[in-house]
Amino acid sequence: MLLAVIANRAAMALVTLAGVAVVVFILLRVVPGDPVAMMISPGASAADIAALKAHYGLDAPLLVQFGIWTKGIVEGDFGTSITLHRHVTSVLADRLPATIELAVMALFVAVTLGGGIAIVGTLLRRTPGEAVIDGLNSVMLAVPDFIWALALVLLFAVALPVLPLTGQIDPALAEGFSTRFYLTESVLTGRFAVAGNILSHMIMPTLALALPLAAVIVRLLKQSLKEAMLQDYVLLARIKGFGELRLVLQEALRNAIGPTLALTGVQFTFLIGGTVIVERIFAYPGIGNLAIDAIINRDFPLIQGLVLLFGLIFILINIGIDLTVAALKPRLRHA
Amino acid sequence: MFHITRRQALAASGGLLATVLAPQRYAGAAAGGTLNIAYNVPLPSFDPQTGPSSVNPTIQAMYRSIFDQYVGQKPNLAFEPGLLTAWGWNDDKTKVWMDVRENVVWHDGTPFTPEDVVWSIEREGKQGGGNPVSFIWAGIGNFKIDGKRITGDVKQYDPVIFKWMAFLTGFVLPKAYFEKVGAEGFEKKPIGTGPYMVDAYEGNAYLRLKANPKYWGGKPPFETVVFKFVPDATSRVAEIESGSSDITLEVPYEEYDRLRVKAGLKGVCHPISDIAQIFITNGGVMDDKNVRLAMCHAVDKDAIVKRLLRGYGVPIATLEAPEYEAFDPSIKVAHDPKLAAELLAKSGFSKTKPVKFTIQTTRGYKPKDYEMIQAIVGMWRNVGIEANIETYDIAKHFELRMSHKLAPAAFYNWGNAIGDPTTSTGFAMFSKSPHSAWHSDDLDAKIGPLWGEKDEAKRIAGWKAVDRYIAEQGYILPLLQYAQPILYKSDLKVTPNGSGALQPATLVSKA
Repeated sequence: MLLAVIANRAAMALVTLAGVAVVVFILLRVVPGDPVAMMISPGASAADIAALKAHYGLDAPLLVQFGIWTKGIVEGDFGTSITLHRHVTSVLADRLPATIELAVMALFVAVTLGGGIAIVGTLLRRTPGEAVIDGLNSVMLAVPDFIWALALVLLFAVALPVLPLTGQIDPALAEGFSTRFYLTESVLTGRFAVAGNILSHMIMPTLALALPLAAVIVRLLKQSLKEAMLQDYVLLARIKGFGELRLVLQEALRNAIGPTLALTGVQFTFLIGGTVIVERIFAYPGIGNLAIDAIINRDFPLIQGLVLLFGLIFILINIGIDLTVAALKPRLRHA
Repeated sequence: MFHITRRQALAASGGLLATVLAPQRYAGAAAGGTLNIAYNVPLPSFDPQTGPSSVNPTIQAMYRSIFDQYVGQKPNLAFEPGLLTAWGWNDDKTKVWMDVRENVVWHDGTPFTPEDVVWSIEREGKQGGGNPVSFIWAGIGNFKIDGKRITGDVKQYDPVIFKWMAFLTGFVLPKAYFEKVGAEGFEKKPIGTGPYMVDAYEGNAYLRLKANPKYWGGKPPFETVVFKFVPDATSRVAEIESGSSDITLEVPYEEYDRLRVKAGLKGVCHPISDIAQIFITNGGVMDDKNVRLAMCHAVDKDAIVKRLLRGYGVPIATLEAPEYEAFDPSIKVAHDPKLAAELLAKSGFSKTKPVKFTIQTTRGYKPKDYEMIQAIVGMWRNVGIEANIETYDIAKHFELRMSHKLAPAAFYNWGNAIGDPTTSTGFAMFSKSPHSAWHSDDLDAKIGPLWGEKDEAKRIAGWKAVDRYIAEQGYILPLLQYAQPILYKSDLKVTPNGSGALQPATLVSKA
């Protein structure tokens, strides 16, 4: 049954990605901004411009261009970046790992921080401590990721310069890697000094991405926990003599976590989207930072590849969340 | 089977934590012989001859660190020998000759030869080969090599061909190596003859360079140079303020003024070859000379420089900056709102019955661009011009300009690092240029003969006359020459470059 669900979702994902491909291809050609216009010299003649368009394959009719592009995708070739002079697949393979490590770290911090605060808030319910937590959480919720990023820059890079501001790793240490998963590889190979350096570069962008998501988790999970704490099974456990912490962790949390998990999945897609601006601020070499340059330069093949990649990531996250929720709540498996 | 004990896990975790939380090492400038530059744009490609990067003026500093140009250029924009030690035309300018520098080696140790020069020019001149200015390079060909001298035919005379050799795409690449590794291979492991060799590169993060010990121009001042790609201005300010970088550029003028007086930091803000201007597109109300001249006379450029740009900038009356060859200080366009109102009145416009049009501008592309246009629109309003501001991004500007569809007025920044009038007034105002906005036969008739003028004095005098005519007709509204703010640690010495290229090999050293 599970396999059938996965197959169904995969088929839907393909249809969705095909739709995304058509939309991004048309949009790029409709929105003003021609990559050749960006680079031609003022003295270029019409023949020079035509030659340059032909060089980048932009002279063919739109349908032909689309046909060439989709045929390439089927064969695993997403084209060549106009600005980077490299295959799009190779560029994306280089940059994606940095974003994945950053996003996963941010998710981990958001869940740990958000979950922890929600549990503490539940334990402190109906006390002044709960009001303090709610107040702080409202601030966390109201401030977007890029504002967090700038505040962290001012705090940890200017006022108290203890953290490196930009990049993924100290350029002097970025050697000897066989994959682009720098953090994972350095931990697995026991290069802890390098891993520490990478982590120190990750702290600020991670927090900037994680804090808004943590606030969402706090608000939803705390509310769910409070409602669960009023249920009969919790009352029964209380009568049995369970302590408050055990009641929350062992009885309420298991039943309250479903909606939070589903929403966290949705919010995680926003977090991935947030990497675009956060990576830019911290000069982090992931696909978000790459996307901005691609758009500025109207690098059509790269933008198309990035949009498809972002689409694929969002789809995979949603499938993953659906399956996880279904696994936790058996009655949802047939929904 | 991989096994880790609790004791080992605890020790590893403790070590990791200590490394993460250890205070960062922010020493003095260029500590350990490494110069860290917080640079404002990333380097997309290592090919300085083709693609969009090759004509992007902001990344030329990195190219000039790795590669050499045919002809060099001093910070005051004067030309000097590069990989060519001498060059010129024959008397009737039907042939060119170039003497190639001897005893130069590529970064892989192979000798640099005249064949490299010929191959580079021919690659650049190949139409459809990806060089955005191939028509420039295609103007010379049929090369012959005799010892260190190269001679060639002039297919189409261009008085600025040798100046282009110090400008965009004018770099020499290694023929044998490039043919061996191909374009993709060259991107992975580029080599040049320049003062620095590529040591490591992480797109969107940094470029690490090592000094070339065999550089023909002498050993560079720093053993290692790291260009950190920090496009966000706030982050660049934080980089220099925190000491993470030794030098940065293109920060907001307010931040420049705040930090240049801070202990341990210095600053320099020098005019560069970037001109802020408002294109005027012919048609509609812009065909009325009174309206155009009123637009020009109503703008108080001094006030814009002083109040908006904190004094950093030079008001200009033509498209020639003071450092350019055809600069003529006698051409003036006075700030005279009364005259502007009178001119408008002649065409039936007034404050109560204003002339209306749209002005397009970028927002955040250049310092205070949008604010500058807001101020100008305010000045226009005071004399009877009502302009509606429309913002666009630079890509849209290029496309609209190429298709002659810009709004009646459109703000733009025009760079011209070689300072020749053809690459400023010429390309911006000649109707056959795809990047001109004003198209009229009277102006074309004046500009046309200058393209092939072989008498240099006559050519420059001709361009000055064209600039005067443009100012009298109000065919464009030149605003100001930008100044480039550079902040650096006080134990460095920095020479500002008129082209704006912050070259670590020649312009930055230890004080």
